[in-house]
Amino acid sequence: MCLAVPAQIVELNGTTATISVEGALREIDVSLVEEPRLGDYVLVHAGFAIHKWERSEVEELEAIRANTDLREVLR
Amino acid sequence: MRYDRITLAHGGGGSLTKELIEQVIAPEFDNPILRTLDDSAVLVMNNRGYAFTTDSYVVTPYFFPGGDIGKLAVCGTVNDLAMQGAQPDWLSLSFILEEGLLISDLEKVVASIHKTAVEIGVQIVTGDTKVVERGRCEGLYVNTAGLGRILTGNWLGSANARPGDAVLVNGSLGEHGVAVMSRRPGIAFQTSIVSDCAPLWPLVQEILKTGVEIHAMRDPTRGGLAAAVCDIAHASGVGIQLNEAAIPIKREVRGACDLLGLDPLAIANEGRMILFCRAIDADRVLAAMKRHALGKEACVIGEVKDSPKGMVLLHTTIGGERIIELPTGEDLPRIC
Amino acid sequence: MKTLKQSIDDVARRIGRDIRLMEVCGTHTMVAFRTGLRQLLPDSVRLISGPGCPVCVTDASYVDAAVEICRRPHVTVATFGDLMRVPGSESSLDRERAAGASIRVVYSPSDALLLARESPSQHVAFLGVGFETTAPAVAWSIWRAARDHVDNFSVLCAHKTMPRVMDRLLRDQQIKINGFLCPGHVSVITGASIYQFICEQYKIPCVVSGFEAWDIMKSIAMLLSQLADGRAEVEIEYSRSVTEHGNKTAQRLVEDVFEPCDASWRGIGAIPGSGLAIRETYAQYDAAKALGVKFTEAHVNPLCRCGGVLRGVSTPLDCRLFGGACTPAHPVGPCMVSTEGTCAAYYKYEGVSA
Repeated sequence: MCLAVPAQIVELNGTTATISVEGALREIDVSLVEEPRLGDYVLVHAGFAIHKWERSEVEELEAIRANTDLREVLR
Repeated sequence: MRYDRITLAHGGGGSLTKELIEQVIAPEFDNPILRTLDDSAVLVMNNRGYAFTTDSYVVTPYFFPGGDIGKLAVCGTVNDLAMQGAQPDWLSLSFILEEGLLISDLEKVVASIHKTAVEIGVQIVTGDTKVVERGRCEGLYVNTAGLGRILTGNWLGSANARPGDAVLVNGSLGEHGVAVMSRRPGIAFQTSIVSDCAPLWPLVQEILKTGVEIHAMRDPTRGGLAAAVCDIAHASGVGIQLNEAAIPIKREVRGACDLLGLDPLAIANEGRMILFCRAIDADRVLAAMKRHALGKEACVIGEVKDSPKGMVLLHTTIGGERIIELPTGEDLPRIC
Repeated sequence: MKTLKQSIDDVARRIGRDIRLMEVCGTHTMVAFRTGLRQLLPDSVRLISGPGCPVCVTDASYVDAAVEICRRPHVTVATFGDLMRVPGSESSLDRERAAGASIRVVYSPSDALLLARESPSQHVAFLGVGFETTAPAVAWSIWRAARDHVDNFSVLCAHKTMPRVMDRLLRDQQIKINGFLCPGHVSVITGASIYQFICEQYKIPCVVSGFEAWDIMKSIAMLLSQLADGRAEVEIEYSRSVTEHGNKTAQRLVEDVFEPCDASWRGIGAIPGSGLAIRETYAQYDAAKALGVKFTEAHVNPLCRCGGVLRGVSTPLDCRLFGGACTPAHPVGPCMVSTEGTCAAYYKYEGVSA
């Protein structure tokens, strides 16, 4: 029901951040997540970061995307 | 609910555009040449085939990353000729200019037209200029028409794809659409992606030198790859099967599409072509394409089958299968 | 190494009866179609689509109200692209824009607020639709407009929430659901605990799923395992984004700006407590009040089966309009408009003849 994409914060200015989705940049609001920092990965919906990802969670997504034959175990 | 007015989606190159042409415009002028509704008309004079086409350019902003409305106006029309195997010989050039347009901007556009035309070896032989009141167009609109001699032995057209053909593409998809969209008000995002806008004729010349019999070529402009392959599957009465993993799309294009909820297969290209030839000839054509700068990333993305007729199937990366439909129209950013 | 398809096949065989799993969320519906993953499922496991496409469940009377205000002088309607082509009783926003109305498609409610700041002579009314995922973003725009006194901004609010509609579906005798694939991005905000009542009261397993094909297959495998073991629990497959209790900051903002209200779901009807209304404190930013909007009964095509489709009791193929009078180019019902609407997904990815 709701598209949300993982993106990396590449610029931070108070509660406004520039995020990169595979290199596509857009300004969003980060006031809904706690202590956003430069380099953090966030989930973005309608111009708002709604969740912050740990590094391991980003790696999980990468492993899932690489696992096109849908093996049960990720790595 | 039918439409009683033109909406932006009618100009999107998808099913609403098709419907408008087939129901409102084309029936009034029905004739065998028009009936194919290909990107250019094939005319026969003194036993020689000519391709003839026209196109209008209304892109905003008129300067965009990787090109401008002038370069686009030459490339778009020349590419329609080239896809018919025609040497682009002559172009007409018409401007609709908005009151207030900077003459220096017009000069830049004209210079860009000149440069592109010289590069291809096409002559601009006639033209027209009109000015409209401020607010009645956005800066400038350009129309070009093109005429060229067909150099291939067989005639190419959307109806000529055959079972057993390979489907080739010359490079990665969606860059023009994403580059232009990034500059549209209300959507604004930044990307290092630039338009793929380029004249395809030099590439087509390389391909024709191989002597391989080409069945069909098409530049996937508005409506993207999806619209182009749907059209060809329908016109040729064949089933086209594409392999998702083989379709080249840059990460940044994918990122922009993910962000805005758009389908990269339905995004416009202006320097890309798809080509149909017998599968056994595909390697020779690929080798020829790769010799040209515009074909460095050329690859095979699918094949043509006897059935299901008129349909395009995509084999997905996870081993599923889905139908590719003609897109409806306007690309709108969405949340769901 | 074993694939998810093999494990699903194995457990399905062990269960030995037909299983119907509802994917509540429209984005799950779309991913399932786009990747062709339904074809990887055994015949005994069916995915049925639920009411989780915000555009699809938006009542036609809401579209009528949006159409009415966009016709007013000095009003600009700002909207997500999703709503542009949704048919109301006799028009849609794309038709109104063609006829001269001021309508702007925006990516974010913050863009709509910016538009209001930049055009002080216009009143900018933002169309607030969407579920728990979107409500915080819209709440933010109202809170911010109030803080900065942007008085030419308002929201026409039709936000909806998930738990009550899921409850309604479970009470419906016609619908047989053996398990829920719960919406991932709603749960990012709310936390997975909102589904606890489904396991407790109805003994039906729930798995909160992510949005990659792998996530959905994994979640289906988890649901089937629960069924095979006779368990009914809330499990989180999408643990990289979803916690038990969700995003508290977002919840507080939503709580501050909105209050629960009864809401009308297209094709399903009114469900008490299933919507969000703008609180009295922010009444000035409520387009319904600020612009004096009256919601009137809408006229919809009686043959349209979107209602049944949204409740999972009909498929688009049961509808006489599907693929004929109703296509993505000329949608009759909302499920054909939204890219993630079940009818559009069927039409686009499975073909009319499917």
